Amino acid sequence: MDKLLTLLEKNARLKNSQLAAILDMTEAQVAAAIEQYEQAGVLRGYQALVDWDKTDRPYVCAQIELKVSPKRDLGFDEIAHTIMTFDEVESCYLMSGGFDLALTVSGKDFKDIALFVSQRLATLDSVIATSTHFVLKKYKEKGTLISDEEIDMREATLL
Amino acid sequence: MTELDYSQILSREVQNIKPSGIRRFFDIAAEMDHVISLGVGEPNFKTPWAIRKAGMDSLERGRTWYTGNAGLAELKEEICVYLKRRFNLTYQSKDEVLVTVGGSEAIDIMIRSLVNPGDEVLIPEPCFVAYAPIASLSGAVPVPIETRAEDQFRLTAKALKEKLTSKTKLLIFPFPNNPTGAVMRREHLEEIAAVLRDTNVMVLSDEIYAELTYGGQRHVSIAELPGMWQRTVVVNGFSKAYAMTGWRLGYAAGPAPVIQQMLKVHQFAIMCAPTTSQYAAIVALRDCDEEIAYMVSEYDTRRRMIVDGLNHLGLTCFEPQGAFYVFPSIQKTGLSSEDFCQRLLYSQHVAVVPGTAFGSCGEGFVRISYAYSLEHILEALKRIERFLESL
Repeated sequence: MDKLLTLLEKNARLKNSQLAAILDMTEAQVAAAIEQYEQAGVLRGYQALVDWDKTDRPYVCAQIELKVSPKRDLGFDEIAHTIMTFDEVESCYLMSGGFDLALTVSGKDFKDIALFVSQRLATLDSVIATSTHFVLKKYKEKGTLISDEEIDMREATLL
Repeated sequence: MTELDYSQILSREVQNIKPSGIRRFFDIAAEMDHVISLGVGEPNFKTPWAIRKAGMDSLERGRTWYTGNAGLAELKEEICVYLKRRFNLTYQSKDEVLVTVGGSEAIDIMIRSLVNPGDEVLIPEPCFVAYAPIASLSGAVPVPIETRAEDQFRLTAKALKEKLTSKTKLLIFPFPNNPTGAVMRREHLEEIAAVLRDTNVMVLSDEIYAELTYGGQRHVSIAELPGMWQRTVVVNGFSKAYAMTGWRLGYAAGPAPVIQQMLKVHQFAIMCAPTTSQYAAIVALRDCDEEIAYMVSEYDTRRRMIVDGLNHLGLTCFEPQGAFYVFPSIQKTGLSSEDFCQRLLYSQHVAVVPGTAFGSCGEGFVRISYAYSLEHILEALKRIERFLESL
């Protein structure tokens, strides 16, 4: 059944009929399996991978490393829960290593993000230090190449 | 000064070889914009990293000399281990294995080492395009045996018997098959072996697609059947299984008296296979079973997708169980294979190969390769649907 998930992870737009053909299942079985995964919280959503650089929308994103002081009994969860409710935060991970939380934050320009960091994040009680890294160019995201299409170099051989 | 008439100078045998009719066709495709090709016969994967690294390492260490004519001893040993482990075939690395420049060279030198002028070489068709020209160049007579969709394009004992004569020297045995995707299971092999055991006919078993089989059953080599080892040369290589087409590396394994004659042709024509590729191939055989499994599972996804898609469009195809091709019938369109491909290319910019490229019995079929990404295949299917609606 893992194969259904890996297929959807790569391309969530495959129709149930196509998934059924690939997996040797009926369409009804595929639909039921997907519903089960959704209910169990295994399938958390379906999103398009958008290259905003190719559109008119002003879009900047940054990776922010946070050092925070964990709370007794709650550890990092409390601060993480506060941070993940901000709309600007696209992803939020607890990390091993030199810092604690890694965020991906987006806004319409650098100033947006600067304000968010200085006024919303840095002011939180548990936050000890922040380090902001702006993304200059995306090469690959979610396993998909962003910056360039890979050209098929194979010659049209007939063999 | 004498004006040269090249047609008088060049070998008649070579001039008689028909240039590939589809070359022209693909030249057109190459000049068009937004062409989606399902034409190529090589993996879309890159060679697994560990193999590429091994090639680079060998260069860094300056291993840039010729190897022994028959190949690196270490590689030949690995080939024997691999053939035993994956296909239960037993060969001695010392004199029963020969490393070649692709499976293609192994095919060439095996045919050349066996045939005398006038000998007949049996070639089940549709098949890979190289066997007949090489047989002709060697002075042999290529004798096609038609395989049929209703037999899942398998070679049957009956069809084989009909073409056996006292002049038959060699049977080309190309399974899993390009272009049909047909495979021969043990019971089908047994039928063929039963015919051959009482003859002097040798078998060239082209097993280049042996790792690419689907549906849980692994490839069985005809050389594994009782009484067949001594009359078979197994040809295999790294191109398809390990996505190593550009490395040009293959091998032949068979009885020493045959391999030793092949070695003579090889050493005078080629000297040895590329050294860098040979070092890389050692790692392929030793460490890359998982990479093969991954690629096979990806091909299988696409295979199922495309077979289902084509059948829904009314281009019926039997379920291919090997290689990475489907061979759907286009007979319901009323077009010849060549017309179908040409019109599909001009109207929807999709390139597929006419079945006739692989033998005249390929008329009414086209070869579609699924060595492409799923998205690419889905787009091509959409275009084929539009094409069929426009007819």
